[in-house]
Amino acid sequence: MIINSRFFNRSELIGFIALAAILFVILPLTLDVFRLNLVAKYLTYAFVAIGLVLCWGYGGILSLGQGVFFGLGGYCMAMFLKLEASSVENTKIQSTPGIPDFMDWNQITALPLFWQPFHSLTLTILLIILVPGLFALIIGTAMFKRRVGGTYFAIITQAIAAILTILIVGQQGYTGGINGMTDLRTLKGWDIRPDHAKVILYFVEVVLLFACIGIAQFIRLTKLGRILVAMREQEDRVRFSGYSVANFKIFAFCMAAVFAAIGGAMFALNVGFMSPSFVGIVPSIEMVIYTAVGGRMSIFGAVWGAILVNFAKTSLSESFPQLWLFGLGALFIAVVLAFPNGLSGLWADYVQPRIDRLWASRKSKSEWADTSVADGAPAE
Amino acid sequence: MFGDYSIGDLGSIFVMQGFAGLILFSVYVLMALGLAIIFGQMGVINMAHGEFMILGAYVTWLTSNAFQHYLPSLFPGYFFLAMALAFLAAGALGMLVEWVLIRHLYKRPLDTLLATWGLSLMLQQAYRSIFGAREVGVELPQWMLGSLKVTDSIEVPINGIFVISLTILITIVVAYVLYMSRWGRQVRAVVQNRVMAGAVGINTEKVDRYTFGLGCGIAGVAGSAFTMIGSTGPTSGQLYIVDTFLVVVFGGAASLLGTIASAFSISQTQSTLEFFMSGSMAKVLTLLAVVGILMLRPQGLFALKVRK
Repeated sequence: MIINSRFFNRSELIGFIALAAILFVILPLTLDVFRLNLVAKYLTYAFVAIGLVLCWGYGGILSLGQGVFFGLGGYCMAMFLKLEASSVENTKIQSTPGIPDFMDWNQITALPLFWQPFHSLTLTILLIILVPGLFALIIGTAMFKRRVGGTYFAIITQAIAAILTILIVGQQGYTGGINGMTDLRTLKGWDIRPDHAKVILYFVEVVLLFACIGIAQFIRLTKLGRILVAMREQEDRVRFSGYSVANFKIFAFCMAAVFAAIGGAMFALNVGFMSPSFVGIVPSIEMVIYTAVGGRMSIFGAVWGAILVNFAKTSLSESFPQLWLFGLGALFIAVVLAFPNGLSGLWADYVQPRIDRLWASRKSKSEWADTSVADGAPAE
Repeated sequence: MFGDYSIGDLGSIFVMQGFAGLILFSVYVLMALGLAIIFGQMGVINMAHGEFMILGAYVTWLTSNAFQHYLPSLFPGYFFLAMALAFLAAGALGMLVEWVLIRHLYKRPLDTLLATWGLSLMLQQAYRSIFGAREVGVELPQWMLGSLKVTDSIEVPINGIFVISLTILITIVVAYVLYMSRWGRQVRAVVQNRVMAGAVGINTEKVDRYTFGLGCGIAGVAGSAFTMIGSTGPTSGQLYIVDTFLVVVFGGAASLLGTIASAFSISQTQSTLEFFMSGSMAKVLTLLAVVGILMLRPQGLFALKVRK
């Protein structure tokens, strides 16, 4: 098998251009700010879904705890914003001015130590990456070095999601409890609430999303990506070939965690609050379904999965709240039973061959048959 | 944290909390038994297990209502019929689910997780549509109310004693079925080597279906028992599913003894801690300890040594 040296092959390039055109041009031009902000919210999950493609689709590690990393990233961002929103002038009426309102309600009189780094934006951005990354590193090292994988890993990550949720809800004075961190206002003095700020944040997010797509695609194309696939298919053979399976798994898991954390941080910025309902078991498993619906092997598919499932959720639960859970449940079952490769699998099976045929017939009509395009043969 | 209590008080606290822990233990064991059979024996992750339990709870609720309306004279004994009905309903649904869904997925254990999660969402919504979103409580017969006074400071509720004895009875029955009966031997044969079991004439598909049905049926009985100590809502099952999976994994999948031992240690730790700190912190500490131990000893407490 010849490794394609180009960054995208032709069908991926079409996918890339289509996604870029829709996200950068079509949606901002056609949607009002409210809907655009909703899309921005959906796209935060696309970060998680891309991470899951690497970790689950390629590495074969199903993590049911991505909400943990999404939440850690989101909470880091929200803590910074919350501190800025609770400056001494803003919180004059509290018995202790200068600390977040929920701390004041819970009779806490000084800012806890772990809140201190979030006064600085640079440190916050570092922590958004480092906290989830290190946490994933610890979990991954503990589990993969002992060759725990598969279903056990899924269950334990799920338990960790449960633990973190209970902890956040229980420690109301330090975390804002079940309500989460609300009333986030400014980022370095720049108000994040008005419409033009939302549009700017949307574009920042899309740029970041494409950066993550680029990183994921790069990992996928290098030898690293191939080892991940080999590991998923025949773990023992990879181990016997002299590769440290555990380290590759830890890497994939950490990457997925960092992507999820970036998504979480963008969530806090775009949506303007963060709460434990985005951390626990249910959101974590929903994040897996975005990837599954989009196609666990396709980076672009995962982005589409996140957008479409969330869009369906918003529109169905607006008009038929009863149907939504039935629909979501049926979607889970259908994805697993009928089309395990998700939308991108359907695309590759039914749409792609037609495009290829169309392309081939057009090419034969025009006389110049360029041999260098031969890698786009329909055989893939 | 012990400062304000005398030695005698502490003793009573430990006994009372220990008893509260025993009730939690019973719920864990009843749920985990079914799960241990399904996950440990078949390798299927059944995330809808909690919903099978809730089905049992709703069946019990319906039976108790029916008895109150039509056979008030027999009401004190309704529970035994309700339990049998709960077992049959959950077991039948389990066999149907196995036939429609699970049997296509035996080679893909992670996918069973997603599919059964989807099933659990649909069942939850079905319960919400049929029985309403409000939690329902079962009226207990007179003889189950009240409590037994052991000493001056120690009282144990009768329904708790009943649930615990029920748990012991069911555990013995399950152990007997799995380890003594011909059918249990077939189940274990299929687990150890599916192909060979098929070659010696065991109908592996049928064994799978009945095993799954039995696991779900026990979940139904667990739900039935659950109604005696708490009220039932459409999402009550989901609250217990992660705990139960941890119980099964912590005990070492495929080990009945391990499941019981881990259910006991987890429930006792949690209920004892609950007295000294908030419920949420007790739960966090318990779960953290379990996850920590699992990271050090991934095979669980009692690992069955099988060559894979």
